[in-house]
Amino acid sequence: MATAGFLERERIVAPPGWSRWLIPPAALSIHLAIGEAYAWSVFKIPLGNTLLKGNEYAGTLTALPFTLGIVMLGVSAALFGTAVDHRGPRWAMLVATCCFSAGFLISALGVAIGQYWMVILGYGFVGGIGLGIGYISPVSTLIKWFPDRPGMATGIAIMGFGGGALIASPWSTSMLTAFGATGPNAQASGIAKTFLVHGIVYAAFMSMGWLLIRVPAPGWHPAGWDSTTAHKRPLESKGNVSARNAIKTPQFWFLWVVLCFNVTAGIGILERAAPLYQDFFRGSSPAQAVATAAAGFVAILSLANMLGRIIWSSTSDVIGRKNAYRMYLGVGALLYLVLDLVENASKAVFLICAMLILSFYGAGFATVPAYLRDLFGTYEVGAIHGRLLTAWSLAGVLGPLIVNFIADRQKAAGLSGPALYGLSFRIMIGLLVIGFICNELIKPVDAKFHEPSEDLASARRAE
Amino acid sequence: MSDTTSTGLSPARLVLTVIAWLWVLVPFLYGVWQLLIKVVPLFSG
Repeated sequence: MATAGFLERERIVAPPGWSRWLIPPAALSIHLAIGEAYAWSVFKIPLGNTLLKGNEYAGTLTALPFTLGIVMLGVSAALFGTAVDHRGPRWAMLVATCCFSAGFLISALGVAIGQYWMVILGYGFVGGIGLGIGYISPVSTLIKWFPDRPGMATGIAIMGFGGGALIASPWSTSMLTAFGATGPNAQASGIAKTFLVHGIVYAAFMSMGWLLIRVPAPGWHPAGWDSTTAHKRPLESKGNVSARNAIKTPQFWFLWVVLCFNVTAGIGILERAAPLYQDFFRGSSPAQAVATAAAGFVAILSLANMLGRIIWSSTSDVIGRKNAYRMYLGVGALLYLVLDLVENASKAVFLICAMLILSFYGAGFATVPAYLRDLFGTYEVGAIHGRLLTAWSLAGVLGPLIVNFIADRQKAAGLSGPALYGLSFRIMIGLLVIGFICNELIKPVDAKFHEPSEDLASARRAE
Repeated sequence: MSDTTSTGLSPARLVLTVIAWLWVLVPFLYGVWQLLIKVVPLFSG
Protein backbone atom coordinates (compact mmCIF):
# COMPACT_ATOMS: atom_id res chain seq x y z
CA MET A 1 0.00 0.00 0.00
CA ALA A 2 1.47 3.33 -1.09
CA THR A 3 0.59 5.20 2.13
CA ALA A 4 2.01 2.49 4.36
CA GLY A 5 5.17 2.43 2.28
CA PHE A 6 5.61 6.17 2.62
CA LEU A 7 5.59 5.87 6.40
CA GLU A 8 7.80 2.80 6.63
CA ARG A 9 11.26 3.00 8.09
CA GLU A 10 12.81 1.61 4.87
CA ARG A 11 11.52 4.63 2.95
CA ILE A 12 13.39 7.06 5.17
CA VAL A 13 16.83 5.47 5.28
CA ALA A 14 19.16 8.36 4.53
CA PRO A 15 20.87 8.26 1.12
CA PRO A 16 24.65 8.71 0.99
CA GLY A 17 25.64 12.30 1.66
CA TRP A 18 22.57 13.13 3.74
CA SER A 19 23.61 15.65 6.39
CA ARG A 20 22.82 14.70 9.96
CA TRP A 21 22.37 18.43 10.62
CA LEU A 22 19.01 18.16 8.85
CA ILE A 23 17.70 15.99 11.70
CA PRO A 24 17.69 18.60 14.53
CA PRO A 25 15.45 21.05 12.58
CA ALA A 26 13.10 18.15 11.74
CA ALA A 27 12.90 17.36 15.46
CA LEU A 28 12.56 21.03 16.37
CA SER A 29 9.61 21.52 14.03
CA ILE A 30 7.73 18.96 16.15
CA HIS A 31 8.93 20.10 19.58
CA LEU A 32 8.55 23.85 18.94
CA ALA A 33 4.94 23.16 17.93
CA ILE A 34 3.88 20.85 20.76
CA GLY A 35 5.64 23.11 23.29
CA GLU A 36 2.64 25.40 22.68
CA ALA A 37 0.93 23.44 25.45
CA TYR A 38 2.70 25.56 28.09
CA ALA A 39 1.07 28.69 26.64
CA TRP A 40 -2.45 27.37 27.24
CA SER A 41 -3.01 29.94 29.99
CA VAL A 42 -3.51 32.70 27.38
CA PHE A 43 -6.84 31.07 26.44
CA LYS A 44 -8.13 30.86 30.01
CA ILE A 45 -9.40 34.44 30.46
CA PRO A 46 -11.00 34.71 26.98
CA LEU A 47 -12.79 31.37 27.52
CA GLY A 48 -13.91 32.46 31.00
CA ASN A 49 -15.24 35.76 29.63
CA THR A 50 -17.17 34.25 26.71
CA LEU A 51 -18.08 30.58 26.48
CA LEU A 52 -17.99 30.01 30.26
CA LYS A 53 -19.23 33.45 31.32
CA GLY A 54 -21.11 33.23 34.62
CA ASN A 55 -19.99 29.64 35.26
CA GLU A 56 -18.80 29.44 38.87
CA TYR A 57 -16.35 26.65 37.95
CA ALA A 58 -14.82 28.58 35.04
CA GLY A 59 -11.36 28.64 36.67
CA THR A 60 -11.25 24.86 37.04
CA LEU A 61 -12.92 24.17 33.70
CA THR A 62 -10.49 26.36 31.76
CA ALA A 63 -7.56 24.53 33.38
CA LEU A 64 -8.92 21.08 32.37
CA PRO A 65 -7.74 20.98 28.72
CA PHE A 66 -4.13 21.68 29.80
CA THR A 67 -4.21 19.26 32.74
CA LEU A 68 -5.70 16.47 30.63
CA GLY A 69 -3.18 17.25 27.88
CA ILE A 70 -0.21 16.79 30.23
CA VAL A 71 -1.68 13.59 31.68
CA MET A 72 -2.24 12.27 28.14
CA LEU A 73 1.35 13.23 27.28
CA GLY A 74 2.68 10.84 29.93
CA VAL A 75 0.10 8.13 29.22
CA SER A 76 0.50 8.14 25.43
CA ALA A 77 4.31 8.32 25.62
CA ALA A 78 4.25 5.22 27.84
CA LEU A 79 1.60 3.37 25.78
CA PHE A 80 2.85 4.17 22.28
CA GLY A 81 6.60 4.26 22.96
CA THR A 82 7.19 0.77 21.60
CA ALA A 83 5.12 1.51 18.46
CA VAL A 84 7.15 4.69 17.93
CA ASP A 85 10.42 2.73 18.11
CA HIS A 86 9.22 -0.04 15.81
CA ARG A 87 7.30 1.96 13.21
CA GLY A 88 9.87 4.71 12.95
CA PRO A 89 9.98 8.49 13.37
CA ARG A 90 8.04 9.47 10.22
CA TRP A 91 4.99 7.50 11.32
CA ALA A 92 5.27 8.93 14.83
CA MET A 93 5.71 12.53 13.66
CA LEU A 94 2.78 12.26 11.24
CA VAL A 95 0.51 10.81 13.95
CA ALA A 96 1.64 13.58 16.32
CA THR A 97 0.92 16.21 13.66
CA CYS A 98 -2.55 14.81 12.97
CA CYS A 99 -3.49 14.52 16.65
CA PHE A 100 -2.09 17.90 17.71
CA SER A 101 -3.72 19.78 14.82
CA ALA A 102 -6.97 17.82 15.09
CA GLY A 103 -7.07 18.83 18.76
CA PHE A 104 -7.19 22.50 17.74
CA LEU A 105 -9.72 21.90 14.98
CA ILE A 106 -12.09 19.96 17.29
CA SER A 107 -11.70 22.75 19.87
CA ALA A 108 -12.49 25.38 17.20
CA LEU A 109 -15.68 23.56 16.29
CA GLY A 110 -16.57 23.13 19.97
CA VAL A 111 -16.22 26.86 20.68
CA ALA A 112 -18.08 27.78 17.48
CA ILE A 113 -21.14 25.67 18.44
CA GLY A 114 -20.90 26.43 22.17
CA GLN A 115 -19.87 22.93 23.31
CA TYR A 116 -17.03 23.33 25.81
CA TRP A 117 -16.65 19.56 26.33
CA MET A 118 -15.28 19.43 22.77
CA VAL A 119 -12.43 21.73 23.81
CA ILE A 120 -11.53 19.36 26.64
CA LEU A 121 -11.80 16.35 24.33
CA GLY A 122 -9.99 18.04 21.43
CA TYR A 123 -7.17 20.00 23.05
CA GLY A 124 -6.81 17.78 26.13
CA PHE A 125 -7.39 14.23 24.93
CA VAL A 126 -6.68 14.16 21.19
CA GLY A 127 -4.06 16.93 21.32
CA GLY A 128 -2.52 15.32 24.42
CA ILE A 129 -1.90 12.09 22.49
CA GLY A 130 -0.11 14.23 19.91
CA LEU A 131 2.01 15.74 22.69
CA GLY A 132 3.14 12.33 24.00
CA ILE A 133 3.92 10.75 20.63
CA GLY A 134 5.48 13.97 19.33
CA TYR A 135 7.68 14.37 22.41
CA ILE A 136 9.37 10.98 22.05
CA SER A 137 9.21 10.74 18.23
CA PRO A 138 12.65 12.19 17.34
CA VAL A 139 14.61 11.04 20.42
CA SER A 140 15.97 7.65 19.35
CA THR A 141 16.63 8.93 15.80
CA LEU A 142 18.67 11.84 17.13
CA ILE A 143 20.66 9.50 19.38
CA LYS A 144 21.44 7.25 16.40
CA TRP A 145 22.56 10.20 14.23
CA PHE A 146 24.69 11.70 17.01
CA PRO A 147 26.26 8.74 18.84
CA ASP A 148 29.22 11.01 19.60
CA ARG A 149 27.05 13.80 21.12
CA PRO A 150 23.68 12.35 22.21
CA GLY A 151 23.23 14.85 25.03
CA MET A 152 23.61 17.81 22.69
CA ALA A 153 21.30 16.30 20.06
CA THR A 154 18.43 15.52 22.42
CA GLY A 155 19.11 18.82 24.22
CA ILE A 156 18.38 20.75 21.01
CA ALA A 157 15.04 18.97 20.49
CA ILE A 158 13.90 19.16 24.08
CA MET A 159 14.95 22.81 24.25
CA GLY A 160 12.40 23.24 21.47
CA PHE A 161 9.67 21.98 23.76
CA GLY A 162 10.66 24.70 26.24
CA GLY A 163 10.79 27.28 23.43
CA GLY A 164 7.37 26.42 22.00
CA ALA A 165 5.54 28.47 24.59
CA LEU A 166 7.77 31.48 23.92
CA ILE A 167 6.48 31.54 20.35
CA ALA A 168 2.89 30.59 21.08
CA SER A 169 2.26 32.93 23.99
CA PRO A 170 2.71 36.29 22.16
CA TRP A 171 1.41 34.85 18.86
CA SER A 172 -1.80 33.46 20.37
CA THR A 173 -2.36 36.61 22.44
CA SER A 174 -2.09 38.88 19.42
CA MET A 175 -4.41 36.63 17.40
CA LEU A 176 -7.04 36.54 20.18
CA THR A 177 -6.96 40.35 20.21
CA ALA A 178 -7.16 40.61 16.42
CA PHE A 179 -10.17 38.24 16.24
CA GLY A 180 -12.05 40.08 18.99
CA ALA A 181 -11.77 37.43 21.71
CA THR A 182 -10.52 39.89 24.34
CA GLY A 183 -11.73 43.17 25.82
CA PRO A 184 -15.19 44.25 27.03
CA ASN A 185 -17.01 42.95 23.91
CA ALA A 186 -15.15 39.66 23.68
CA GLN A 187 -16.70 37.12 21.30
CA ALA A 188 -16.33 33.33 21.48
CA SER A 189 -16.09 33.26 17.69
CA GLY A 190 -12.72 34.99 18.03
CA ILE A 191 -11.42 32.04 20.08
CA ALA A 192 -12.81 29.59 17.52
CA LYS A 193 -10.99 31.42 14.72
CA THR A 194 -7.78 31.46 16.77
CA PHE A 195 -8.00 27.69 17.36
CA LEU A 196 -8.70 27.14 13.65
CA VAL A 197 -5.64 29.13 12.57
CA HIS A 198 -3.51 27.29 15.16
CA GLY A 199 -4.65 23.91 13.80
CA ILE A 200 -3.80 24.82 10.21
CA VAL A 201 -0.50 26.62 10.90
CA TYR A 202 0.82 23.92 13.25
CA ALA A 203 -0.10 21.19 10.74
CA ALA A 204 1.96 23.00 8.08
CA PHE A 205 4.83 23.79 10.46
CA MET A 206 5.09 20.21 11.79
CA SER A 207 4.97 18.72 8.29
CA MET A 208 8.58 19.75 7.78
CA GLY A 209 9.44 17.24 10.53
CA TRP A 210 7.91 14.11 9.02
CA LEU A 211 8.94 15.09 5.47
CA LEU A 212 12.57 15.72 6.40
CA ILE A 213 13.25 13.05 9.01
CA ARG A 214 15.63 10.25 7.98
CA VAL A 215 17.14 7.33 9.83
CA PRO A 216 20.82 6.50 9.33
CA ALA A 217 21.66 3.55 7.07
CA PRO A 218 22.70 0.37 8.93
CA GLY A 219 26.32 0.60 9.95
CA TRP A 220 26.49 4.37 9.45
CA HIS A 221 28.62 6.37 11.84
CA PRO A 222 29.95 9.94 11.88
CA ALA A 223 33.24 10.58 10.16
CA GLY A 224 36.16 9.87 12.46
CA TRP A 225 33.99 8.11 15.05
CA ASP A 226 34.03 4.37 15.59
CA SER A 227 31.79 2.66 18.14
CA THR A 228 34.39 -0.02 18.79
CA THR A 229 37.14 2.46 19.64
CA ALA A 230 35.02 5.28 21.08
CA HIS A 231 35.63 6.03 24.74
CA LYS A 232 33.09 4.12 26.80
CA ARG A 233 31.81 5.67 30.02
CA PRO A 234 31.63 3.50 33.14
CA LEU A 235 27.82 3.27 32.96
CA GLU A 236 27.62 2.75 29.23
CA SER A 237 25.91 -0.50 28.25
CA LYS A 238 27.69 -3.02 26.06
CA GLY A 239 24.33 -4.53 25.09
CA ASN A 240 20.78 -3.47 24.32
CA VAL A 241 17.84 -3.80 26.69
CA SER A 242 14.19 -4.01 25.59
CA ALA A 243 11.58 -1.71 27.13
CA ARG A 244 9.91 -4.74 28.73
CA ASN A 245 13.16 -5.73 30.46
CA ALA A 246 14.22 -2.16 31.27
CA ILE A 247 11.35 -1.67 33.71
CA LYS A 248 12.52 -4.79 35.58
CA THR A 249 15.89 -3.19 36.35
CA PRO A 250 16.60 -1.11 39.46
CA GLN A 251 18.41 1.40 37.23
CA PHE A 252 15.14 2.35 35.52
CA TRP A 253 13.38 3.00 38.83
CA PHE A 254 16.30 4.91 40.35
CA LEU A 255 16.29 7.12 37.27
CA TRP A 256 12.49 7.43 37.53
CA VAL A 257 12.90 8.84 41.07
CA VAL A 258 15.75 11.11 39.94
CA LEU A 259 13.61 12.59 37.16
CA CYS A 260 10.50 12.83 39.32
CA PHE A 261 12.18 14.72 42.17
CA ASN A 262 14.31 16.91 39.91
CA VAL A 263 11.14 17.97 38.06
CA THR A 264 9.21 18.40 41.32
CA ALA A 265 11.89 20.76 42.65
CA GLY A 266 11.81 22.94 39.53
CA ILE A 267 8.12 22.92 38.76
CA GLY A 268 7.27 24.08 42.29
CA ILE A 269 9.01 27.41 41.58
CA LEU A 270 7.96 27.60 37.93
CA GLU A 271 4.25 27.13 38.57
CA ARG A 272 4.15 29.83 41.27
CA ALA A 273 6.84 32.11 39.88
CA ALA A 274 4.89 35.39 39.69
CA PRO A 275 3.27 35.28 43.17
CA LEU A 276 6.53 33.94 44.64
CA TYR A 277 8.47 36.95 43.33
CA GLN A 278 5.80 39.35 44.60
CA ASP A 279 5.78 37.68 48.04
CA PHE A 280 9.57 38.01 48.27
CA PHE A 281 9.85 41.62 47.06
CA ARG A 282 6.53 43.24 47.99
CA GLY A 283 7.24 46.69 49.35
CA SER A 284 10.62 47.03 47.65
CA SER A 285 9.00 49.12 44.86
CA PRO A 286 5.50 50.43 43.99
CA ALA A 287 3.01 47.54 43.63
CA GLN A 288 2.63 48.02 39.87
CA ALA A 289 6.41 47.93 39.36
CA VAL A 290 6.68 44.72 41.42
CA ALA A 291 3.87 43.12 39.35
CA THR A 292 5.62 44.06 36.09
CA ALA A 293 8.94 42.78 37.41
CA ALA A 294 7.19 39.53 38.43
CA ALA A 295 6.14 39.02 34.79
CA GLY A 296 9.79 39.56 33.87
CA PHE A 297 10.77 36.98 36.50
CA VAL A 298 8.46 34.41 34.85
CA ALA A 299 10.05 35.20 31.48
CA ILE A 300 13.61 34.92 32.74
CA LEU A 301 12.83 31.56 34.35
CA SER A 302 11.53 30.34 30.97
CA LEU A 303 14.79 31.49 29.39
CA ALA A 304 16.85 29.68 32.08
CA ASN A 305 14.73 26.54 31.65
CA MET A 306 15.30 26.59 27.90
CA LEU A 307 19.03 27.37 28.00
CA GLY A 308 19.62 24.73 30.68
CA ARG A 309 18.26 22.11 28.29
CA ILE A 310 20.90 22.71 25.64
CA ILE A 311 23.87 23.92 27.76
CA TRP A 312 23.86 21.33 30.55
CA SER A 313 22.74 18.46 28.32
CA SER A 314 25.64 19.20 25.94
CA THR A 315 27.97 19.44 28.95
CA SER A 316 26.87 15.92 29.96
CA ASP A 317 28.52 14.60 26.78
CA VAL A 318 31.83 15.78 28.25
CA ILE A 319 31.45 15.18 32.01
CA GLY A 320 29.19 12.10 31.81
CA ARG A 321 25.54 11.64 32.67
CA LYS A 322 26.02 10.62 36.29
CA ASN A 323 28.16 13.67 37.04
CA ALA A 324 25.62 15.90 35.29
CA TYR A 325 22.82 14.69 37.57
CA ARG A 326 25.11 15.04 40.59
CA MET A 327 25.29 18.71 39.64
CA TYR A 328 21.55 19.13 38.94
CA LEU A 329 20.54 17.48 42.21
CA GLY A 330 23.45 18.36 44.54
CA VAL A 331 23.99 21.96 43.47
CA GLY A 332 20.21 22.33 43.17
CA ALA A 333 19.79 21.36 46.83
CA LEU A 334 22.50 23.86 47.84
CA LEU A 335 20.80 26.61 45.83
CA TYR A 336 17.51 25.96 47.60
CA LEU A 337 19.42 26.20 50.90
CA VAL A 338 20.84 29.58 49.84
CA LEU A 339 17.34 30.79 48.93
CA ASP A 340 16.08 29.69 52.33
CA LEU A 341 18.92 31.41 54.20
CA VAL A 342 19.26 34.62 52.17
CA GLU A 343 15.50 35.13 51.67
CA ASN A 344 14.93 38.61 50.14
CA ALA A 345 18.17 40.22 51.40
CA SER A 346 19.69 40.17 47.92
CA LYS A 347 17.68 40.29 44.69
CA ALA A 348 20.76 39.31 42.67
CA VAL A 349 21.33 36.15 44.74
CA PHE A 350 17.62 35.32 44.52
CA LEU A 351 17.62 35.66 40.72
CA ILE A 352 20.84 33.69 40.21
CA CYS A 353 19.64 30.84 42.45
CA ALA A 354 16.19 30.67 40.84
CA MET A 355 17.63 30.75 37.31
CA LEU A 356 20.16 28.00 38.06
CA ILE A 357 17.46 25.83 39.68
CA LEU A 358 15.27 26.23 36.59
CA SER A 359 18.21 25.53 34.28
CA PHE A 360 18.76 22.24 36.14
CA TYR A 361 15.03 21.49 35.87
CA GLY A 362 15.16 21.82 32.08
CA ALA A 363 18.48 19.96 31.92
CA GLY A 364 16.96 17.03 33.80
CA PHE A 365 14.47 16.52 30.94
CA ALA A 366 17.03 17.02 28.19
CA THR A 367 19.79 14.77 29.57
CA VAL A 368 17.62 11.79 30.46
CA PRO A 369 17.35 10.29 26.93
CA ALA A 370 21.15 10.16 26.69
CA TYR A 371 21.32 8.65 30.19
CA LEU A 372 18.85 5.96 29.04
CA ARG A 373 20.95 5.36 25.93
CA ASP A 374 24.03 4.87 28.10
CA LEU A 375 22.23 2.40 30.37
CA PHE A 376 19.97 0.50 27.99
CA GLY A 377 21.43 0.99 24.49
CA THR A 378 19.58 2.35 21.46
CA TYR A 379 17.32 -0.66 20.69
CA GLU A 380 14.11 0.61 22.36
CA VAL A 381 15.33 3.83 23.94
CA GLY A 382 12.26 5.73 22.72
CA ALA A 383 9.89 3.27 24.38
CA ILE A 384 11.91 3.30 27.62
CA HIS A 385 11.90 7.10 27.54
CA GLY A 386 8.13 7.04 27.11
CA ARG A 387 7.70 4.87 30.20
CA LEU A 388 10.04 7.11 32.21
CA LEU A 389 7.95 10.18 31.42
CA THR A 390 5.26 8.93 33.81
CA ALA A 391 7.58 10.42 36.46
CA TRP A 392 6.81 13.82 34.92
CA SER A 393 3.06 13.28 35.33
CA LEU A 394 3.47 12.68 39.06
CA ALA A 395 5.93 15.55 39.49
CA GLY A 396 3.55 17.88 37.66
CA VAL A 397 1.03 17.30 40.43
CA LEU A 398 3.47 17.00 43.35
CA GLY A 399 5.55 20.18 42.84
CA PRO A 400 2.73 22.73 42.63
CA LEU A 401 0.80 20.88 45.35
CA ILE A 402 3.66 21.15 47.85
CA VAL A 403 4.43 24.82 47.21
CA ASN A 404 0.83 26.04 46.94
CA PHE A 405 -0.51 24.01 49.86
CA ILE A 406 2.25 25.11 52.22
CA ALA A 407 2.05 28.75 51.12
CA ASP A 408 -1.72 28.76 51.72
CA ARG A 409 -1.30 27.16 55.16
CA GLN A 410 1.44 29.62 56.18
CA LYS A 411 -0.66 32.54 55.00
CA ALA A 412 -3.61 31.27 57.03
CA ALA A 413 -1.26 31.10 60.02
CA GLY A 414 -0.53 34.82 59.60
CA LEU A 415 2.87 34.58 57.93
CA SER A 416 3.88 36.59 54.88
CA GLY A 417 6.81 37.23 52.51
CA PRO A 418 9.60 34.67 52.20
CA ALA A 419 8.34 32.87 55.32
CA LEU A 420 5.56 31.42 53.17
CA TYR A 421 8.12 29.33 51.26
CA GLY A 422 10.80 28.27 53.81
CA LEU A 423 9.22 24.88 54.55
CA SER A 424 8.62 24.18 50.83
CA PHE A 425 12.27 24.92 50.09
CA ARG A 426 13.40 22.52 52.83
CA ILE A 427 11.12 19.80 51.42
CA MET A 428 12.62 20.40 47.96
CA ILE A 429 16.12 20.03 49.47
CA GLY A 430 15.03 16.68 50.95
CA LEU A 431 13.63 15.48 47.61
CA LEU A 432 16.78 16.55 45.76
CA VAL A 433 18.96 14.71 48.30
CA ILE A 434 16.87 11.53 47.81
CA GLY A 435 17.28 11.99 44.05
CA PHE A 436 21.04 12.46 44.54
CA ILE A 437 21.26 9.18 46.49
CA CYS A 438 19.24 7.34 43.79
CA ASN A 439 21.62 8.69 41.15
CA GLU A 440 24.57 7.39 43.19
CA LEU A 441 22.94 3.93 43.29
CA ILE A 442 22.77 3.67 39.49
CA LYS A 443 25.24 1.03 38.28
CA PRO A 444 25.68 -0.60 34.85
CA VAL A 445 22.76 -2.83 33.84
CA ASP A 446 23.27 -6.54 34.49
CA ALA A 447 24.04 -8.48 31.29
CA LYS A 448 21.13 -10.87 32.00
CA PHE A 449 18.78 -8.07 30.83
CA HIS A 450 20.57 -7.62 27.50
CA GLU A 451 18.86 -8.73 24.30
CA PRO A 452 20.55 -11.72 22.62
CA SER A 453 22.40 -10.29 19.64
CA GLU A 454 20.78 -12.79 17.18
CA ASP A 455 17.26 -11.76 18.31
CA LEU A 456 18.16 -8.11 17.89
CA ALA A 457 19.53 -8.68 14.41
CA SER A 458 16.41 -10.56 13.29
CA ALA A 459 14.14 -7.92 14.85
CA ARG A 460 15.96 -5.21 12.92
CA ARG A 461 15.71 -7.22 9.70
CA ALA A 462 11.97 -7.55 10.25
CA GLU A 463 11.52 -3.79 10.78
CA MET B 1 29.68 3.19 6.31
CA SER B 2 30.88 6.52 7.50
CA ASP B 3 29.59 10.06 7.22
CA THR B 4 30.20 11.52 3.79
CA THR B 5 29.21 15.01 4.79
CA SER B 6 32.77 15.81 5.77
CA THR B 7 33.59 15.87 2.06
CA GLY B 8 31.05 18.68 1.55
CA LEU B 9 27.34 19.06 0.85
CA SER B 10 25.89 19.30 -2.63
CA PRO B 11 24.43 22.78 -3.38
CA ALA B 12 20.87 21.36 -3.25
CA ARG B 13 21.45 19.78 0.16
CA LEU B 14 23.08 22.97 1.41
CA VAL B 15 20.02 25.00 0.38
CA LEU B 16 17.75 22.41 2.02
CA THR B 17 19.77 22.61 5.25
CA VAL B 18 19.61 26.42 5.31
CA ILE B 19 15.83 26.43 4.67
CA ALA B 20 15.24 23.76 7.31
CA TRP B 21 17.12 25.71 9.97
CA LEU B 22 15.45 29.01 9.00
CA TRP B 23 12.05 27.27 9.23
CA VAL B 24 12.59 26.65 12.94
CA LEU B 25 14.95 29.48 13.88
CA VAL B 26 12.82 32.39 12.64
CA PRO B 27 9.80 31.63 14.89
CA PHE B 28 12.14 30.64 17.71
CA LEU B 29 14.00 33.96 17.58
CA TYR B 30 10.65 35.79 17.48
CA GLY B 31 9.77 34.01 20.74
CA VAL B 32 13.12 34.82 22.34
CA TRP B 33 12.77 38.49 21.30
CA GLN B 34 9.30 38.73 22.84
CA LEU B 35 10.66 37.14 26.01
CA LEU B 36 13.56 39.58 26.27
CA ILE B 37 11.12 42.49 26.02
CA LYS B 38 9.35 41.12 29.11
CA VAL B 39 12.59 40.59 31.03
CA VAL B 40 13.73 44.23 30.83
CA PRO B 41 11.42 45.54 33.63
CA LEU B 42 12.91 43.01 36.04
CA PHE B 43 16.17 44.93 36.01
CA SER B 44 14.83 48.45 35.60
CA GLY B 45 13.06 48.69 38.96
